[in-house]
Amino acid sequence: MTRERLVNAVILLGLLGTALGAWAMDAPYTITLATKVAILALAGVGLNIALGLGGLVSLGHAVFFGIGGYAMGILASHAQSYSPILTTPFVIEGTKSMPVIWLVAILASALAGLVIGALSLRTSGVYFIMITLAFGQMFFYFAISWPAYGGEDGLSIYVRNGFPGLNTLDPIQFFLICFVLLALGLGLTARLARSAFGLALTSARQNAARVQAVGISPYRLRLVAFMLSGMVTGLAGALYADLNRFVSPTMFSWQTSGEIMVFIILGGVGRLFGPVVGAAVFIVLEHVLGGLSEYWHIYLGALLLLVVLFARGGIIGLVAGREVAHD
Amino acid sequence: MSAVLFIEQVLNGLQLGVMLFLMAAGLTLIFGVMGLINLAHGSLYMVGAFAAAAVAGATGSFLLALMASLAAAAAAGAVVEVLVIRRLYARDHLDQVLATFALILIFSEGTRWIFGSFPLFLDIPAVLSGPVTLPGGIAYPKYRLAIILAGLAVAGGLYLLITRTRIGIQIRAGEADREMIAALGVDISKLYTLVFALGAALAGFAGALVGAIQSVQVGMGEPVLILAFVVIVIGGIGSIKGAFVGALLVGMTDTLGRFLLPGLFGLMMDPSAATTVGSALASMLIYVLMALVLLVRPTGLYGTA
Amino acid sequence: MTEPVLDIHGISKSFGAIEASRNVSLDLRPGEIHALIGPNGAGKSTLIAQIAGALAPDAGQVMLNGADVTALGTVERARLGLGRTFQISSLAMEHTVLQNAVLGALGERGGVFRFFRPIMSDPDLLRTARAALERVGLQDHERQRTADLSHGQRRQLEVAVALTLSPKVFLMDEPMAGLGAEGSQALTGLLDGLRTEAPILLVEHDMDAVFALADRISVLVYGEIIATGTPDEIRADARVREAYLGEEVA
Repeated sequence: MTRERLVNAVILLGLLGTALGAWAMDAPYTITLATKVAILALAGVGLNIALGLGGLVSLGHAVFFGIGGYAMGILASHAQSYSPILTTPFVIEGTKSMPVIWLVAILASALAGLVIGALSLRTSGVYFIMITLAFGQMFFYFAISWPAYGGEDGLSIYVRNGFPGLNTLDPIQFFLICFVLLALGLGLTARLARSAFGLALTSARQNAARVQAVGISPYRLRLVAFMLSGMVTGLAGALYADLNRFVSPTMFSWQTSGEIMVFIILGGVGRLFGPVVGAAVFIVLEHVLGGLSEYWHIYLGALLLLVVLFARGGIIGLVAGREVAHD
Repeated sequence: MSAVLFIEQVLNGLQLGVMLFLMAAGLTLIFGVMGLINLAHGSLYMVGAFAAAAVAGATGSFLLALMASLAAAAAAGAVVEVLVIRRLYARDHLDQVLATFALILIFSEGTRWIFGSFPLFLDIPAVLSGPVTLPGGIAYPKYRLAIILAGLAVAGGLYLLITRTRIGIQIRAGEADREMIAALGVDISKLYTLVFALGAALAGFAGALVGAIQSVQVGMGEPVLILAFVVIVIGGIGSIKGAFVGALLVGMTDTLGRFLLPGLFGLMMDPSAATTVGSALASMLIYVLMALVLLVRPTGLYGTA
Repeated sequence: MTEPVLDIHGISKSFGAIEASRNVSLDLRPGEIHALIGPNGAGKSTLIAQIAGALAPDAGQVMLNGADVTALGTVERARLGLGRTFQISSLAMEHTVLQNAVLGALGERGGVFRFFRPIMSDPDLLRTARAALERVGLQDHERQRTADLSHGQRRQLEVAVALTLSPKVFLMDEPMAGLGAEGSQALTGLLDGLRTEAPILLVEHDMDAVFALADRISVLVYGEIIATGTPDEIRADARVREAYLGEEVA
């Protein structure tokens, strides 16, 4: 077992242990914080497919996070008001079932990823960053100005959606759902990184001309990576909305995109578990510093600046040492 | 819809376009010369607006307020360049994005800490308040017209600066070939600080001008920053001319879209639904414009591959 | 005469006032090494880019195995059997030597959109990749990070990746550049044996290698082919001597 794998195991067990410990001590708020970490980490794991593996600096991943959120909000709000979403040409009813909501969130994100990716990936570098940011803003303004689903005020859901056989209102059970999905997301990303697709994608990040010269189109690789990435972040968005029982245009905002990216850099770019550490540090800082000072974002900004300027490997880099080429 | 109303909207579009140009010019210059993507450019816009509001509040002079906005934004830009930004030139775009995102957090919360969360207001100077009657009998706010003229004057001045002065020549040389200007004996780190401060001053100036028609508050810079990105994507990165054309296109499209679309949909559906659909789509229109430009020219109208 | 495998026909390309390629015609026949030489700035890189598909010519045609590929990009041409090596090593530097070779084998075999099975334990791809590495003499370095290779080893890996593609045509852009005497000699031996598998269009500055290997040589000067012929014919050609040695044409 390499040192990084050991660190990874500690991270995952630490998150699980925190939630279970809080459960044993009957501290539901701490369980909720751990759930938030798991969900935000999953959003970061999604972005990491595009960013870490593909080298695609997307500043618009809030699009997927928001789509996931609104998938939950729209489906659940129709279910709670017993009004179908669509009556013609066929009837579509809302739902309070998590698995269905997840599926819709993932599919809608895939579609958005396809369209945004197909356009944005015609460019690269700074253009790509600016364009993804701009598309994020487009969804943000659309969500604000579309009154059917709450507009600027967002949508509230009275009761958390259900999962067959579980009581999702129990914080620890909902945490476990999110934790399992995070673990799955991490596992799938790890497989992805070692697959044929992963090799081609990471090669295209390092040298696109090389990939072309062996007859593989970097554009198609990146488009698929962007979609997969959006699907995972979209799932996280659906969970996040369910955690809060609330969805609003804020989920689409550029700050959300920035924060998802911050999770990755705090943990360490290119590290599978980077987003988990990053999200945990973010939530702990928010909680601890936020209690000390109303202006805790200053400290977050300073920390982020220090990590970017002086500790490129992020926190995992500091603990686990330089990344090794794996085969 | 009357012709008067339409012309008024065209002027509003022009005003938005001119303001966006002030933001986009700095961004595109900084990218062209230093290869840096600066998310904190919106913060400099905010710094300019706050400096103007503070000075206007203390002295009552709008002119002093404008000068304060230029000075404060340029100073903030220079300090940030020396302390942080210059460490980022050799880094990849991801690092630049994250570090300048960190700067946004610091600037925004710092401003909130100093000025509080409530918006400030910057009054339009008495000379420029009230409407002016344009040829054709169109009454238009004097101040907005002044903004348009000021913006165009700055655009003209920038053009002269870049094409006619020694510094302009150095800047253009820097865009073409960084090693070259170093070889010519230009102090490159000073030039970079200068360009960054210049871009910052333009942003701060725009912030102050707009601050008098909107409220001055934390977070005011980022929506404008993202619009400026759209401008640059449309115009082509690094091109001042592209920034100008792109800014006017975006300003016009956004303003006229919001004005015309609800009416246009009103021809097809009932008025309240038309307003809803029209305004929702109008808010997306400039992004559609951006997507169209990208389909035809992935490097923007005046960009080079 | 057999059909040429690669047939470049009347290619022209200008950048503003500069004519980088002027009506260039060139062909590559089965089993041969055709060397393209010319002084710096003659337009070799531009020509290579047009043959590889990275740059579209203003006029003219590129035929690969009888098919017109002028409108196709690099990816499609690679799939049709054009195996190129780059002048400046173009490899995934953070990956291992073996990973780079496996990428080539993957490109040749297809099946990039497989997301679950670990690629580095795919026996077919490993076999192809290892065979190619062995031919260039990198078999003992397969687990090394590419960035840690010496310059010469990177050149070898370039060739190995091209080999994994089992191309119908090799397009090699200065494969000897920066190699020591020993390295060039080894590579010369390898290329010598390679021509029977697929013909090679060889752009090269190392004249010893060119005259040792080439069946035919074309000389590019100011974007124009001024002579094509056997090494002996080229040696004797007055215009070539003028271009290279500045000798007056008598």
